[in-house]
Amino acid sequence: METLERIIAEHPFFAGLEPYYTDLLAGCASNVRFDAGTYIFKEGEEANEFYLIRAGKVALEIFAPQRKPIMLATVGEGEILGWSWLLPPYRRRFHGHAVVPVRAIALDGKCLRTKCEQNHDLGYEMLKRFAGIMEQRLEATLFQLLDVYAVGR
Amino acid sequence: MTMVTAASTEAMLPQPYSVQQVLKETADTFTLTLRPSNGAGASRFQPGQFSMLWVFGVGEVPISISGDPAQHHQLVYTVRSVGEATQMLVNRAVDEAVGVRGPFGRGWPVKEALGRDVLIIAGGIGLAPLRPVIYEVLHNREKYGRLVVLYGTRSPRDRLYRKELAAWVRQRDTQVLVTVDYGGLSWRGHVGAVTTLFKHARLQPARSVAFTCGPEIMMRFVARDLETLGLARENIYLSMERNMKCAVGFCGHCQYGPHFVCKDGPIFAYDRVRPLLGKYEL
Repeated sequence: METLERIIAEHPFFAGLEPYYTDLLAGCASNVRFDAGTYIFKEGEEANEFYLIRAGKVALEIFAPQRKPIMLATVGEGEILGWSWLLPPYRRRFHGHAVVPVRAIALDGKCLRTKCEQNHDLGYEMLKRFAGIMEQRLEATLFQLLDVYAVGR
Repeated sequence: MTMVTAASTEAMLPQPYSVQQVLKETADTFTLTLRPSNGAGASRFQPGQFSMLWVFGVGEVPISISGDPAQHHQLVYTVRSVGEATQMLVNRAVDEAVGVRGPFGRGWPVKEALGRDVLIIAGGIGLAPLRPVIYEVLHNREKYGRLVVLYGTRSPRDRLYRKELAAWVRQRDTQVLVTVDYGGLSWRGHVGAVTTLFKHARLQPARSVAFTCGPEIMMRFVARDLETLGLARENIYLSMERNMKCAVGFCGHCQYGPHFVCKDGPIFAYDRVRPLLGKYEL
């Protein structure tokens, strides 16, 4: 049987993390599922969780008045959804919309923040890993803004 | 001084072909099938080579061959209508004439990829010069390892070869992933830069050779990320594009540092062009 500790340890985001830390993380974790079409979170909501996506796909969308939501990126298997739990004011920046059925591990951000405050080694590990994700997403967004496939580019 | 030979004179002479089919791929991109007007076989080509296509009375443009190298009776080109000559080209009616010079240049090193996993990373119309590689691998499936096709484009409606993309997914040992920069709400695929697909691709960098074609800035990011993933620079190939005119290295219009893209390329190993990719003036 797959334990939460094992699922967390095998997720690419936590590759190489010491078992002591995966055990700590498992104390804040739970299995979740979302049907296609569900909004996992919405912009402005309190950010109390992040998710390790195990299967499926989540669209990050931004709301624009009098327009349909704009899809900025998708997050899929092996990726992380949500980092707003880590930094004040702990509010969602985007909508997270399951475009197909999603299986994930939800990690309780409040629980994790407390553990990170108590154990700065864990906190530093989390910050390093999330900073890497932020850098990748920032670069991917810049790439999209360049609109490189447009005529004359 | 360059010697003008009979062979080079012949290379400057367009051969008459006639249009067999014009297929609309997207709002501004069309695939043309041409056959020799004299009924003979078409020129043989290597995947990645290009031709100079003449619209008589209008002009000549370099276009990569996007068809199947095993089909010797025709040449296929995918053309984006961006200027007068390309617009006239895609507006050709069936049986109308087009002049063809070539094929020219060094193609993708498909023979060096034998026995290895082949990773294709294409952006926008950059899928066109890579399609012959995909045909080559699929025709000789047992001679290659896995085929991974990563394709990025602007929006779902800008995807080229949609039916073929769907068909390639069903081929054995083949993974095809498509991402778009702007997905509509009905799009269920990936959204994001083509480089974001690497984490979803089943790659074995040590046994892979990568071929990439797309906007130069995209290829720069792709090559950098492939290197980070563990591919050796000499196993990463890029298709460069410059202003090609004569196509045989006489005129110098397509000079790229010490290279002429028309005859030394358009396909280059990353280790050969890496120092040039960051030079603004080139």
